[in-house]
Amino acid sequence: MLAYIIRRVAQSILVLLVTGFVAFSMFSFVGDPVENMLGQERTQADVDRLREQLGLDQPFVVQYGKFLQQAAQGNFGLSYRQGRPVSDILAERLPATLELAAVSGLLALMGGIGFGIFTAIRRRGVGANVIMTLSLVGVSLPTFLIGILLIYVFSVELGWLPSFGRGDVVEIGGWTTGFLTASGLKALVLPAITLGLYQMTLIMRLVRTEMLEVLRMDYIRFARARGLRERAINFRHALKNTLVPVITITGLQLGSIIAFAIITETVFQWPGVGLLFINAIQFVDIPVMAAYLMMISVMFVGINLIVDLLYFAIDPRLRIDGKAGGH
Amino acid sequence: MTKHMLLAATALTLTLGAAQAETLRWARSGDALTLDPHAQNEGPTLALMHQMMEPLVLRNPAGELEAALATDWSVSPDNPDVWTFTLREGVKFHDGADFTAEDVVFSINRALTENSDMKGIISSVASVEATGDHEVQITTKGPNPLLPAALPNILMIDKDWAEANDTVDVQDVEGGEETFASQNVNGTGPYQLVSREADVKTEMTVFDGYWGADGFAMGYSDIVYTPIQNPSTRMAALFSGEVDFIQDVPVQDLQRIESDPNLKIVSSPQNRVIFFGLNVGDTLVNGEGENPLADPAVREAMNMAINRDAIQQVVMRGQSIPAGVIMPPFVNGWNEELNTVPEGGVEAAKAKLEEAGWGDGFTVQLDCPNDRYINDEAICQAAVGMMAQIGVTVNLNAQPKAQHFPLVNGLESDFYMLGWGVPSYDSEYIFNFLYHTKEDLYGTWNGTRYSNPELDEMIKAIAAEVDLDKRDAMIAEMWEMAKSDTVYLPIHHQVLNWAMKSGVGAAVDADDQVKVKYFTAE
Repeated sequence: MLAYIIRRVAQSILVLLVTGFVAFSMFSFVGDPVENMLGQERTQADVDRLREQLGLDQPFVVQYGKFLQQAAQGNFGLSYRQGRPVSDILAERLPATLELAAVSGLLALMGGIGFGIFTAIRRRGVGANVIMTLSLVGVSLPTFLIGILLIYVFSVELGWLPSFGRGDVVEIGGWTTGFLTASGLKALVLPAITLGLYQMTLIMRLVRTEMLEVLRMDYIRFARARGLRERAINFRHALKNTLVPVITITGLQLGSIIAFAIITETVFQWPGVGLLFINAIQFVDIPVMAAYLMMISVMFVGINLIVDLLYFAIDPRLRIDGKAGGH
Repeated sequence: MTKHMLLAATALTLTLGAAQAETLRWARSGDALTLDPHAQNEGPTLALMHQMMEPLVLRNPAGELEAALATDWSVSPDNPDVWTFTLREGVKFHDGADFTAEDVVFSINRALTENSDMKGIISSVASVEATGDHEVQITTKGPNPLLPAALPNILMIDKDWAEANDTVDVQDVEGGEETFASQNVNGTGPYQLVSREADVKTEMTVFDGYWGADGFAMGYSDIVYTPIQNPSTRMAALFSGEVDFIQDVPVQDLQRIESDPNLKIVSSPQNRVIFFGLNVGDTLVNGEGENPLADPAVREAMNMAINRDAIQQVVMRGQSIPAGVIMPPFVNGWNEELNTVPEGGVEAAKAKLEEAGWGDGFTVQLDCPNDRYINDEAICQAAVGMMAQIGVTVNLNAQPKAQHFPLVNGLESDFYMLGWGVPSYDSEYIFNFLYHTKEDLYGTWNGTRYSNPELDEMIKAIAAEVDLDKRDAMIAEMWEMAKSDTVYLPIHHQVLNWAMKSGVGAAVDADDQVKVKYFTAE
């Protein structure tokens, strides 16, 4: 057990180091930050001085080494663009992204399961067919287009919801939340739908397929034969058995909701880490890009590690080095 | 009856109250990078800071120099290196401190320190000294007739405040810590900072002790500044009424705004000219053999081949002014004649190329930014087609500005796009950066390898020429020389569009600088 965990953790750390290495090797292709940092009247001497100060004259391996050394001490450097500690900026921006991701994840899960059940039970109904057709929109339209469309309808034409920003936020111990104000809640609606729509249609289609599969099973027929009510059959017996794959997929998608928030955040000017990352790329703000990429990869690696360990706990077949030779 | 009168009176008071407490909700594509007045010489950063801090001499929306914190300035009759600035009396900083000569000395010296991004603008300043409570003397390194024109972006802060908050040094990104001045402001400007969340929102409210409270329109009592990066979202925010005023309006949306009765567009030629630079050196960076661009006749043919009207009509939807010279209008040295675009068109250009011995054409790479100027990439695409008409094959390399500008400055491009604004409103600025032989302090943006010793000498001469008539004559002569060598192919002058609710009376500024104190509110 311990050996397995140690092996998995070591693998995760290796993955992180490789991700960082690849990221740093790419930064030189993004462009030169010095051009953005100095004004039009700068001289070549200013350029050289700044480049040396920032260590940009060093090969990327050296830059990466320096980054790792500082990161190990919890120092991610100063943002080239804002001149403030990267860790402060990330901490300021993370609540916005996490709240958005949580709301859209919840929306995707509830909407997905609800619509999935509905379309499975009323397979031939008009409503179900309309929903299925509409779900194609969610799968095929790019996120930014959905966002712009929603803004056009609900902000410009109807004027019900704000088109940008996070509304008023309340600060509670370093965490800013939009849940406690009316404008904050209103501001969440459109971005959450935009971000969650794809996941929602994905979950919906998954639930529908699984549910149709389960409804064909013998035990459902027997349940019907026993004279149980439709409601009990659908929700108590069928739904429960469809949820296992749904929960697995949802867990895995949570990571991508946070990572893909970049586009939604750009469309709605949502002040989260995704928008920060886009700004960082345009400005070639290397410390912010590096910290963001490391944060996202820690998150993905962490989720995978937990999933692996859970499998280990659940599935005895994985204990390869244990006393599994019984059969 | 009385009740009615009371109601009417209440209504009247309410309307009056509303007129006095107007909030301007202002959006543009990017946020200010810092609030430290000397840390970043960058458009949006300076635009935000100008609401809260002031220079000695201001450039007003009409482009003229206006007395701000200095009421009067003159050069000493005995020594052309010494300027005396008389400071405005009774000016207060936002914290109530008096504005005096020592603050000016402090601020200018701060702007001259190594970490300052403003030091290039005032590099001619040798020393500053307080000669009275409300008088300073600035000594320049050699005569500089343009000193006042260099000052509009050098903002003044309070010396005692900076010392008390340990923010004497200019913010330095590699310095280890953020500074107090990058987050806080104590200026003399018409508005004071209420709150700021970088990249999200900056709120300002009118400063009660502002010296110019009665002298300017001051239509707004509060300002809420929000960056909105995505152009469609920015437009949507204006259409839905969530913001009152936006900059960086996409040209394709102009018609929609004009057709909306609640909105309007205010335009002005911008202080920015867009052009191509050519490698006139002996060899090409991308390509083999002789460099065809080294031949002035070839460059002239290419200049003729560019159909500026087509670019204006098709690419810019009318939002540009075709250019014949790489100098924005209203810059000293400008005249209509210089701006005449080359005639002849494709046939004459072809003949010219034939005559120069390049009738079979040649291949060259065009480097172009795709996120810097209005429709930059589309302009380059149009140019590729126009060059093909005279037999010149152009390979387009369009990329983000962070990758484009290092090519230009590293002399790694043969044919590139560049835009140039002239903050000093004088031709010297153009010659100095774009025409002078590339050296440490001169020609820093000259990516053409062009080197003309005669012109270099004159560039240094006009910098110190105090006889303005003589100086203007020299500038005219220099433009003749520069134009006949055709190292740059001018395209157009950008047109600036600001969109706003019809009640906003905005004063458009050619530098895209917003100064809300000149705005009226209806």
